[in-house]
Amino acid sequence: MSFINPFKSDIKRRTVLTSGQVVPEPSRCVQCGICSYNCPIGIDVRAHAWRNQPVKHSECLTCGECVARCPRGVLRFAQTDLFEGRSA
Amino acid sequence: MRYVIIGSGVAGMSAVEAIRSVDGAGEIVMVSEDPHGYYSRPGLAYYLTGELPDKALYLRSREDAKKLKLTFLNARATRILRAEHALELDGGKSRLTYDKLLIAVGAQAVPLQVPGVNLHGVVKLDHMNDARSILNLAKRGRTAVVVGGGITALELTEGLLACGMKVIYLLRGDRYWGNVLDPHESQIVEKRLVEEGVTLRHHADLDEILGKGGKVAGVRLKDGQTIQCNLLAYAIGIRPRMELVAETGLDFERGILVDEHLQTNDPDIFAAGDVAQAFDPLSGRAVLDSLWNPAREQGHAAGLNMAGRRTAYLKSAPFNVTRLAGLTTTIIGAVGHGTDEDVFGIARGDSETWRDLPHAIVAQSGFDVNHMRLLVGEQTLVGAVLMGDQTLSWPLQKMVAGGADISPIRDRLLAPDAPIADLIVEYWMEWRKQIAL
Repeated sequence: MSFINPFKSDIKRRTVLTSGQVVPEPSRCVQCGICSYNCPIGIDVRAHAWRNQPVKHSECLTCGECVARCPRGVLRFAQTDLFEGRSA
Repeated sequence: MRYVIIGSGVAGMSAVEAIRSVDGAGEIVMVSEDPHGYYSRPGLAYYLTGELPDKALYLRSREDAKKLKLTFLNARATRILRAEHALELDGGKSRLTYDKLLIAVGAQAVPLQVPGVNLHGVVKLDHMNDARSILNLAKRGRTAVVVGGGITALELTEGLLACGMKVIYLLRGDRYWGNVLDPHESQIVEKRLVEEGVTLRHHADLDEILGKGGKVAGVRLKDGQTIQCNLLAYAIGIRPRMELVAETGLDFERGILVDEHLQTNDPDIFAAGDVAQAFDPLSGRAVLDSLWNPAREQGHAAGLNMAGRRTAYLKSAPFNVTRLAGLTTTIIGAVGHGTDEDVFGIARGDSETWRDLPHAIVAQSGFDVNHMRLLVGEQTLVGAVLMGDQTLSWPLQKMVAGGADISPIRDRLLAPDAPIADLIVEYWMEWRKQIAL
């Protein structure tokens, strides 16, 4: 028997939020700074995107504000270490 | 050693950082007539919509400049004196000598050629000062007319709308951005603009800007109709700023011609960014780009070459991300019409797969419209357009740029009602293993 679980995507999203980190794709970024401006704890996400570094900041809440607000889809959540060492 | 960079955009700053990464001692001077220095030029769009204050657009503090040992000179470079290895500043008021020079002055808006263009209230969007003047002129409840196309015209439209103005967008043809978007994509954008409250007028060709007391009062179209308005914003294209190169003996066509090392025909002068027409070894042609990331990459390569570290700039597949009427849109590779007869366009709507990519990548979601179009070549994907959900844009970008051989899924991709998102994911998961991404 199969059924549609309306909460499936939400559960998955939460799983990623808690186990993931924000990863930038620098080639999409134009350094507008909407990410840094909207970070509730003031992490300079834009600087991470310039340097092609995931946001490993210990204080990052993974709240998703920067990911959602970026007008160019630069940021995404990835499971920690998933892309470790990959070349962009 | 003194490095002089003309221009304070991303190409210039990227060059500064590259030079400093290999030469800790040389003097670096950045010369720019823009008193605002280095800021995010594309970010001006979000300053106009009120999503960001202007302060947030500045990218380097005084401290950062100090760390880079960078001197910023707010001056206009008016002549290059090659024989003397010097720059004339502000029409001869002073001079600055150089050992290595980078021209990274960018591009600027093509001016409108209609009567009335000098009236108060005619605006464009090149610089921070343009954005500030638009915000000063934009008054709630009044009317703005926008002419032009591409991304900047929409940035102006949405910025003025966010200021509370009534916006009338004049399109000369029958749809928005007809040489890049397909009819369905244009329709998606236009529908959203109308829903946001924009009045669209197709086949509307501007003939004259009408004034009253030196200010914009309206426009007259070629068909004789008049529209009352208080502001006229235009974005009819950009062109490289070439005024500095005339009479220097530097080779140029539409932009300054540079080889793959960003070097001009003078070994001590380089050019990068929107002003450079860079040789692309892959296509064998010298091409212009007006995109942030190529400008950054060119600046980086130019900086390394100036500092003696021989580095070639290899142009990657053209790629841009923007927001069109609120929809994040990625345009990868060749997507326009009439460019290649071997290309067949396919387009589909939404797919669950876009939100279900294995390895739990959650990109932006929650768009009310999701759209993907692939341009399928004989063996490779030659282009893609993604609107809304961007989950597949990174895989597609890599696949187009990397020339992934899609023969195994090509027939299935082209089949009627093909689940193209699923096929791309399936292929991507295998392909990325092969190339160890």
